[in-house]
Amino acid sequence: MALTLNVNGTSHTVDVEPETPLLWVLRDNIGLTGTKYGCGIAKCGACTVHIDGKKAFSCTMKASAAVGAEITTIEGLSDDSSHPVQLAWIEGDVPQCGYCQSGQIMAAAALLSQRPNPSDLDIDAAMSDNICRCGTYSRIRDAIHRAAEIAGG
Amino acid sequence: MTTMEIDRRTFIVTSASAAGGLMLGFYMPTGADAGVMGSPWTAAEGGQEVNAWLVIDPDNSVTIRVGQSEMGEGVFTGMPMLVAEELQCDWSKVRAVYADVNRHVQNFAEPYMVAAGAAKETDNLYQRMGTGGSGAVRRSRLYLMQAGASARERLKQAAADAWGVDRSAVTAENGMLSAGDRSGMFGEFAAAAAGVQLESEPEIKTPDQFTLLGTSVARLDTPVKVNGSAVYGIDAQVPDMVFAAVEVAPVPGGSLVSYDFDAVKDRPGVIAAYRLGEGGIGVLHYNLDEVANRVTGIQSGVAVIADTYYRALTALQLMPKEWDDGGHGDVTDTSIIDGALEVLANPDDPSYNPADSVGDARGVIAASSNVMEATYTTPYLDHACMEPMNCTVHVTADRADVWVGTQNPPRAIAAAAEEAGLPEEKVHVHNCFLGTGFGRRSRPDEVRQATAIGKALGQPVKVIWTREETARQAKMRPYSVYHFAAATDANGKPEAYWNRVVSHSIFNHQIPQFLRDGIDSQAVEGLDERLPYDIANKQVDYAIRDSHLPVHWWRAVGASQNAFALEGFIDELAHAAGADPLQFRLDLLPEDSEFRRPLEVAAEGAGWTTDLGRGEGLGIGMAEAFGTIVAHVAYVTVSRRGQLRVETVDAAIDCGHVIHPKMVEMQMESNIVYGLTAALYGEIHINKGAVVEDNFDQYLMLRMNEMPEVRTHFALSGGGKWGGVGEPGLPPIAPAVSNAIFAATGKRIRSLPIRNHDLI
Repeated sequence: MALTLNVNGTSHTVDVEPETPLLWVLRDNIGLTGTKYGCGIAKCGACTVHIDGKKAFSCTMKASAAVGAEITTIEGLSDDSSHPVQLAWIEGDVPQCGYCQSGQIMAAAALLSQRPNPSDLDIDAAMSDNICRCGTYSRIRDAIHRAAEIAGG
Repeated sequence: MTTMEIDRRTFIVTSASAAGGLMLGFYMPTGADAGVMGSPWTAAEGGQEVNAWLVIDPDNSVTIRVGQSEMGEGVFTGMPMLVAEELQCDWSKVRAVYADVNRHVQNFAEPYMVAAGAAKETDNLYQRMGTGGSGAVRRSRLYLMQAGASARERLKQAAADAWGVDRSAVTAENGMLSAGDRSGMFGEFAAAAAGVQLESEPEIKTPDQFTLLGTSVARLDTPVKVNGSAVYGIDAQVPDMVFAAVEVAPVPGGSLVSYDFDAVKDRPGVIAAYRLGEGGIGVLHYNLDEVANRVTGIQSGVAVIADTYYRALTALQLMPKEWDDGGHGDVTDTSIIDGALEVLANPDDPSYNPADSVGDARGVIAASSNVMEATYTTPYLDHACMEPMNCTVHVTADRADVWVGTQNPPRAIAAAAEEAGLPEEKVHVHNCFLGTGFGRRSRPDEVRQATAIGKALGQPVKVIWTREETARQAKMRPYSVYHFAAATDANGKPEAYWNRVVSHSIFNHQIPQFLRDGIDSQAVEGLDERLPYDIANKQVDYAIRDSHLPVHWWRAVGASQNAFALEGFIDELAHAAGADPLQFRLDLLPEDSEFRRPLEVAAEGAGWTTDLGRGEGLGIGMAEAFGTIVAHVAYVTVSRRGQLRVETVDAAIDCGHVIHPKMVEMQMESNIVYGLTAALYGEIHINKGAVVEDNFDQYLMLRMNEMPEVRTHFALSGGGKWGGVGEPGLPPIAPAVSNAIFAATGKRIRSLPIRNHDLI
């Protein structure tokens, strides 16, 4: 059936079963592959996107549940990698393999929108849903603090 | 807000015409100074190739081709740095792309490289295109620097010819050539340089002359990894591509008995089902006399193909299937380890072969009244790469294209060529970014499987394994078990040492020709003559006991297990002697041991002391792997409830030289996280012959809230030593933590993972 999704400010009408996870609609139907498949059970965070500004695991969210919402993926976080989180990630050379980083960045951006100056405990609480097999955790932590500075001017 | 009506068909067609080629990917330059394209196989357009490694554009941009695979370790920055150090180009205009593996397997090393004596790895154009063994810098540096130096001298000669001066009067710096009042950009002379013949090739720099190497320049691959544009294998997109979901026999060696495609064929988007393989476990056989390393056979199973991945997966999951267990249905991890422990308990078991023998260890131990004994075990482990396994192929009658993130493109070519029935020159592997590799992606079983599906289908197809399928088809790090016995003198110092090791041998599984008198040398890494400690009488015996499970290289492999056992037992000896574990080790090391400095530096960094309160402890682990010595000192706390926290790790590394200090620090952190994850949680159980832990709800990963503070210390000996960096930081972390737990609690950890132990 046809579903209409608002992704990164653009409306997309796609022909999918309503229970199809949003992740696969983003990747296969709309072609936005920056959002990653890692586990399919909301245990790794690689698929993290924003739904109306709040973080969500797109691998377990039905596409039909996202109809009417503003969906933001890594491609829509900014046009030119100018979001404070992206700037801090670049400054700190955070990624190694990079596969989890879309999800990490989206989770960090959601955290900062809720808590502009997060403590280490806030960061632990918000970011421990996201696995990084390369072990970039301490650099992510530093970059989130730096992003808070950048955003605060 | 704009509105777009999109279905898959229009998306593909639109994208195809936009890219204008067979492959779409996302060809998205992120700006003029972008160091890496999102699609990392993208060849440079235009520009002048000066030699196989580098292309210079008229605007002075330099594209440097990278033979190694970017899986986080940083080769897309480090390899170009090695070339640029000699080339003297403008680093801000360097771009990195993958070298073309098809060209590599078809062509020999270029004559200048042979003349310079730098073409020593293989006969092929890019020398070595596999990535593993922590070899990127230590094994590539000479020929990459030669490529840069030889190109630089040709540019200087071209300018000298144009200006009518001697080459020695021309200088090259920051992408500019100059002599007296004449100057010009590299780009102006690249075409002429490509045709220059030199009488002799230039010498390359020694480390004291480095200017770029040794600095922590920004990683070239960072920009594409913060905006979603980096293309991993799973992101490849090809016009008219369909999707396959696959399931193979859950028990390795088992078979698909039957499946009922009719039950699902009318579901939306479903195109076909395809029976895979004829049984077997898809062993990777190395044939080192030839370039090809073959994955033989495809494991029995079934693929369902549909117009989207989720439709294929849903149909696959709903489709009735019957499997047999290949006769392995009674096997459990316990039955495997118990079998190994039986061999371990019997020193006269005929399967033992001597790995090392000095003096009369057995005799001294038999006669001694002070003997310490201990048994250690480590489990099977999955790699758990962040990116599930996948491969996209387009196979036609006269050409095959493969998009995959692989650690070994030549092996991927060989696998695809054999399965497609095409000569290797007709196969093109487009290497993507790797969502980690850890050794798993050096075994192209997914390439062979995808090629079979693509050949049957005759249409581009992306094959994705679910996380669960990726785990069930793990090519595991082997288990290993160890028995130690030591006879000690009145001061508790060992006079004799006898170590028996039983493991599932990777060599026996896939390179039996590498076994030497029954010894798998990686299974006894650091234990045989490589044992760092000076003990007068020493014997090390090794026995192979395999199971039906496929095993493969895993980050640091043998060393990752052996260091846990050895450093644990040495710690036991120290405590039995009433000695300080640091001093005990220093007393056991030869005077000139290269282990001393890293050990002392790590201990100093940690503020080494044995005088800590209950529930706090420092522990030492050290090991040599891939030519590098690393010592870790871990500081842990254990609460009254037995809750463990690894607070800090002081990590000292002697890899001889460092070309990018920050990247080394990142690799130390990475190894510590990977090794600590395994030490705390890592264990694959086998039930009824099949893998139990198939996703992150059961196979637990270290997370942000458990990350210790890592302090990396460089203890570089320099000189002629060039050690690896991608793995050596891993082996010492498990013993450092388990020895720290003993210091904190008095509980000795002799088996991994640590979570199986009650620390109260």
